[in-house]
Amino acid sequence: MGLLSKKDGKLITDPLADNNPITIQVLGICSALAITAELKASLVMGIAVLFVLGVGNVVISLLRNIIPSKIRIIVQLIVVATLVIIVDQVLKAYAYELSKTLSVFIGLIITNCIIMGRFEAFALGNGPWRSFLDGIGNALGYAVILVIVGFFRELLGSGTLFGIPVLGDAIEKTGVYSIGYENNGFMLMPPMALIIVGLLIWVQRSRNKALIED
Amino acid sequence: MGLKSNLHNLKEKYKGTKMAPAFNAIHTFLYLPNETTHNGTHIKVADDLKRTMNTVIMALVPCLIFGIFNAGYQHYAAIDAVNGITTEVSLWANFITWDNFVMGAWTVLPLVIVSYGVGLAVEFVFAVIKGHEVEEGYLVTGMLVPLIVPIDTPLWMLSVAVIFGVVIGKEVFGGTGMNILNPALTIRAFLFFAYPTWMSGDKVWVHGAKAMEGQPDAISGETILGSLAQNNVVSYDWMDMFFGFIPGSVGETSTVLILLGGLFLIFSKIGSWRIMLSSVVGAIVMGLVFNGVVNAGWITESSKFYGLMSTDFWMHLLIGGFAFGTVYMATDPVTASQTNKGKWIYGFLIGFLSIMIRVFNPAYPEGVMLAILLMNVFAPTIDHYVVQGNVKRRMKRLKLKTA
Repeated sequence: MGLLSKKDGKLITDPLADNNPITIQVLGICSALAITAELKASLVMGIAVLFVLGVGNVVISLLRNIIPSKIRIIVQLIVVATLVIIVDQVLKAYAYELSKTLSVFIGLIITNCIIMGRFEAFALGNGPWRSFLDGIGNALGYAVILVIVGFFRELLGSGTLFGIPVLGDAIEKTGVYSIGYENNGFMLMPPMALIIVGLLIWVQRSRNKALIED
Repeated sequence: MGLKSNLHNLKEKYKGTKMAPAFNAIHTFLYLPNETTHNGTHIKVADDLKRTMNTVIMALVPCLIFGIFNAGYQHYAAIDAVNGITTEVSLWANFITWDNFVMGAWTVLPLVIVSYGVGLAVEFVFAVIKGHEVEEGYLVTGMLVPLIVPIDTPLWMLSVAVIFGVVIGKEVFGGTGMNILNPALTIRAFLFFAYPTWMSGDKVWVHGAKAMEGQPDAISGETILGSLAQNNVVSYDWMDMFFGFIPGSVGETSTVLILLGGLFLIFSKIGSWRIMLSSVVGAIVMGLVFNGVVNAGWITESSKFYGLMSTDFWMHLLIGGFAFGTVYMATDPVTASQTNKGKWIYGFLIGFLSIMIRVFNPAYPEGVMLAILLMNVFAPTIDHYVVQGNVKRRMKRLKLKTA
C-alpha cells in the first residue's frame, strides 16, 4: 500500500478478515439476517452503512474534543440519525422500489451496533483520517459478509442474481430447472441466513486457528 | 483367514494414517469390534451403542416392509379410483401382492439407499478430516429418514437434505451423542421448509401423482390430516388408519406396527416408556380439550379449525405421524430429557404441542415434527430444573438432619 502507511492500511484490512464485525465481533446480525434474501438489497445496505459509518466516524472524530463525555451517546445518536435520514431520503428519491424492500431496516441502521461501537471504540479517540479509514474498513467488512450471504441466498433461493435469472426459468422449466432442479424456499427465510453466517464463521475459524476461543 | 481378521490386519497396518477410520468403520459395521464405545453417547446410555442402534433398526424393519407394500397399494388404488373403481382393502387379496411389492420396492428402496449412502459418506468425510472413528449414529437416522418422507421425494433433494441434516444437525455440535436436534427430523424439517410443494398437498403421497399432475387421468391422494384441515370428509374408517392402509409418508401409516415396534423397544429397554406414555397422555389431553370446545358449541362448522378440532381425541393418535414420532423419534436417547421426571414433562409437552400445532396451523398439517424439534431444544432446560430441584430438596433434608 503506497498510499497508506502500514498501520493505516491495517485499519482497512483487519475488519475485512480477522476482525470482521459480523463473523468475529458478531455485531449487526439483525440486518444481516433480514435483508440478505436479495443480492441487490444486501449491496445497497452495505453501501448505506459504508456512507453512514465513514462520514459518521469523521464527524465524531472532529467533535471528539468538544463533546462532554456525559452526553456523548446522545450526540452520537444525533449524528447517526442525521446520516441515516439522508440515506433514507436519497433511496426514496432515486430507488423507491428498493427502499420498499429494505423498508424499516434502513432506519434501523441507527441501532446497528457496529456504528455505535466504532464511534465509541475508535472515533472518540483518534483523528479524522484514521477514523475515516476505520469506518470504511468496518463497513466494508460488514458489506462483504452481506454480499456473500446475499449471493448464496438469492442464487439458491430464487435462482437469480441481482434479479437476473442465471439458472433458467423456474416456471417455464428451462436451464437447470429442466432436469428437475428446484429453488430452495428455506434459503429465503431468515433462519437460513443465520446458518450461512454460521458456516462462514466456521470456515473462517478453521482457516485461522488463532480466532478460536475456548 | 476370514474377512474379519483380514480387516483387523488392515486396520493394524493403516493405524495412524488418514484412511484408518474408514477401515475401522467397515470392520466395526460388519463384526463385533474388540473395543466398546467409550465416549459421547456412552456416557448417557449404559448400553453398547451399536447394540442400541441395531435394536431400533430391527423395530423399524416391519414399518419399512409395510411401507413398501403400502406404497404400491396406494398407487394402484389411486389409479383405480380415477377409473371409477373403489377398492376395498383386504390384506391378502390386494395388499400383500407381488405387484404392490415390486412397485413399492422400486420407489422406496432408492430412498433408503440414498439416505444411507449420502449420510454415511458425510460421516466418512468428517471422520477422515477429524481423525476420529466413524460413528454409528447414522445407522438409525438413515433408516428413519426414508420412512418419514413422502414417497416421491426426488433423490437429489433427499441428498441435499441429508447433507444439511448431518452437517448442521449433528457434526457441528461434535458428532453422535452431542447433537441438540434429532438429525432425522432436522432433515425432514429442511425438506419441508425448502421444498414445500414436494412435502405437502395432495400430490406427493401417492407414487406418480406429481408426475401426472395436470393430465386428465391424474391421480391424487390426500392424507387424512390434509383432508381434515380443509374440513373435508375422510373416506377411511378407523380400522384403515389403525392398520395403516392410508396415504402418508412411507413408513408412518401403520399404527399397529408402530405399536408393536414400541413395545419391542420398551421390552428391550431401548426406548423410554415414560416418554411414549406421557406423549400419548399429552395428546389425549389436548384432544379432549378441543373436543370439549366443539361440544360446548364455541366452534361451529364454519370455523376453519372445525375439521381437526372435532376429530375424536383417540383418532388423533392414529392419524398422521404422531405415533411414529412418539415411538421412534421422541425417545431418541441423545436429544430427549435424561432425567425420569424430565421425561414425563418432555413427553407430555410433545403430545400436547403436536395436536395443538396440528389443529391451529393448517400450513403445517403434521405437528409432531415441530413439537419434537421444539422440545429437543428445551430438553436440557427441563433436565436442569429437575436436577436443581433435586439438589434443593436434598439440601433441605441435609439441613434438617444437621440442625
